[in-house]
Amino acid sequence: MAPRKTPVVSRNPQLIRGVGKYSRSKMYHKRGLWAIKAKNGGVFPKHDPKPKAAATPVKPSKFYPADDIKMPLPNKRKAKPTKLRASITPGTVLILLAGRFMGKRVVFLKQLTSGLLLVTGPFKVNGVPLRRVNQAYVIGTSTKVDISGTNVDKFDDKYFAKAAEKKNKKGEGEFFEADKEEKSELPQDKKDDQKAVDAALLKSIEAVPDLKSYLAARFSLKAGMKPHELVF
Amino acid sequence: MGFKRYVEIGRVALINYGKDYGKLVVIVDVVDQNRALVDAPDMVRSQLNFKRLTLTDIKIDINRAPRKKNLIEAMEKSDVKGKWESSSWGRKLIVQKKRASLNDFDRFKVMLAKIKRGSLVRQELAKLKKESA
Repeated sequence: MAPRKTPVVSRNPQLIRGVGKYSRSKMYHKRGLWAIKAKNGGVFPKHDPKPKAAATPVKPSKFYPADDIKMPLPNKRKAKPTKLRASITPGTVLILLAGRFMGKRVVFLKQLTSGLLLVTGPFKVNGVPLRRVNQAYVIGTSTKVDISGTNVDKFDDKYFAKAAEKKNKKGEGEFFEADKEEKSELPQDKKDDQKAVDAALLKSIEAVPDLKSYLAARFSLKAGMKPHELVF
Repeated sequence: MGFKRYVEIGRVALINYGKDYGKLVVIVDVVDQNRALVDAPDMVRSQLNFKRLTLTDIKIDINRAPRKKNLIEAMEKSDVKGKWESSSWGRKLIVQKKRASLNDFDRFKVMLAKIKRGSLVRQELAKLKKESA
């Protein structure tokens, strides 16, 4: 059926559940059924049923399972997009809490569709390249850097996918040879992307005194620091 | 011998427990042996146990249970705020508050400043040592 243009509204207000204000005869008049009948010569209009599409012939199934086992109900859940913490906005300085760059202070660029955060050192300042990072392993500080000069539209999750490895035929001789494939070099266009993003960032970082050395230093808890009382 | 700060009408005290922790208030009347009526410009006049108050050195000149307007005038006249913020106790509290509210970047800048100050002190010391040697 084509969708209705106006929503269905009842002309019979409910007094209590199950009891309407108007009787059947009153409702007949309110709904204008007499007018519909009059238009159609004294009877209700009849519509022929729509022609049903010919049913496709059902083939007998090839396989009948031997046991009557219970099938689990299908899971129709859709994952919601990861909610970004209110303290993390583009340009926020984040402290990484785990991984190779644990303790590094890093600039947040944007949240990718997978929910991960796109982040850069900048590379020249602290050695952290354009990288994805999980929000859970990050402290958002209240220090913000101006990233209006950078364009991060071209980065998405596909950019960070691993390059498809060439399939090596498994030969016995190869197990005994030095199994060192040449270290894959970072492709030049990725290096150029890094430089492009960092160039604009570095300008806004150098505008704030001490910010560059702040980003170059690592964060660590010292004696007397209570994380639950620290303001980040 | 003994006590220098007395509970009297006009004595300024610091609240050390409860919802209004850290506020400066004026003792405006005494209810009984344990409680006082207490008031501040930004607070509703209420009674507090003396155990929740720490007396300060500051005292202002008011009548018993003055009107709010008169209280505020008297506090301005004797500059309670200024006296408090220039006293060493008041200054300590201000520094504590500032330290607690420091951002991670601020803490980094403080560290740099401390290192710089230390190096300057050591340079001067080295100079003086050389001169006296």
